[in-house]
Amino acid sequence: MMLASSLIQPSPWQATAMIATIVLTSSTGEVLTAAAMKSMGDLDDIRAHSGIKGAIRAVVTRPLFVAGIFFMAVAFFSLLFALNHMNLSLVGPAAASLTLVTNTIAAKLFLHENVDRRRWTAAVLVCIGVYLLAH
Amino acid sequence: MAHHRLSIKQYLILAFVSVSVPLGDASLSRGMTSLPAISLAHPLTLIAAVFTPWIALGILLLIGYFASYLTALSWADLTYVMPATALGNVFVALLAHFWLHETISPLRWMGVALITVGVGFVAQGPASTTPPLNLPAPINQAENLPLDDVFEKEQVR
Repeated sequence: MMLASSLIQPSPWQATAMIATIVLTSSTGEVLTAAAMKSMGDLDDIRAHSGIKGAIRAVVTRPLFVAGIFFMAVAFFSLLFALNHMNLSLVGPAAASLTLVTNTIAAKLFLHENVDRRRWTAAVLVCIGVYLLAH
Repeated sequence: MAHHRLSIKQYLILAFVSVSVPLGDASLSRGMTSLPAISLAHPLTLIAAVFTPWIALGILLLIGYFASYLTALSWADLTYVMPATALGNVFVALLAHFWLHETISPLRWMGVALITVGVGFVAQGPASTTPPLNLPAPINQAENLPLDDVFEKEQVR
């Protein structure tokens, strides 16, 4: 098996496309999952009412949840593909911190969360913090 | 709902979301490094690895993470839960420094500080700013409404 360093390095456009794929599929998966969970109300209440099996059934039978898991799986395999062509030190922090920003935008647009100045500031601080931690 | 505050139990769930990922990853890493090198020619050895104590513990922690993450998303915004997840990175850095005596560079300490401040910003605000998507506002706001009524209305719909 060849090491990533022995492979031909991707062009900047290819690297951008790979990271963008991870970020977009990951955000789509997380937003769909969040929408699924938001649509069912407090899971603790459901578990108290229907038991753990009822709670699991309530979650896994949601089409939005299934779609979310599908996109998360695509994101995972996109990550594996990118790691096969690029270094973890680039892909890891870039994907993690950019996903925070795209999640915030998607949460505002699609989940209609009230992303005020406080949450934007937090998202940007955490995004930079995650990037710095990986260096 | 716009000023939904969390209970102690819900804060504990968020705390578990934060610490379970780094602990799970660390368990997986410890388990995998203690095993002899696994070749892709013998993929079944990967399945056997799942039943070793450290890897089994890591998998249990990550299953626990996903369950608590989903639970948190059922009563808190995604933009509220995300920073809590990132707090796990801070936990790893502190663990590495104070327990494993690893050297943390100034840039990483800055990262720790930024994440902590970011989480502090979000934690001061409401956990949820939206009603559940499929439930009409009256049901969502009527906290004392028996759950049976909610489920019946859901089924009718």
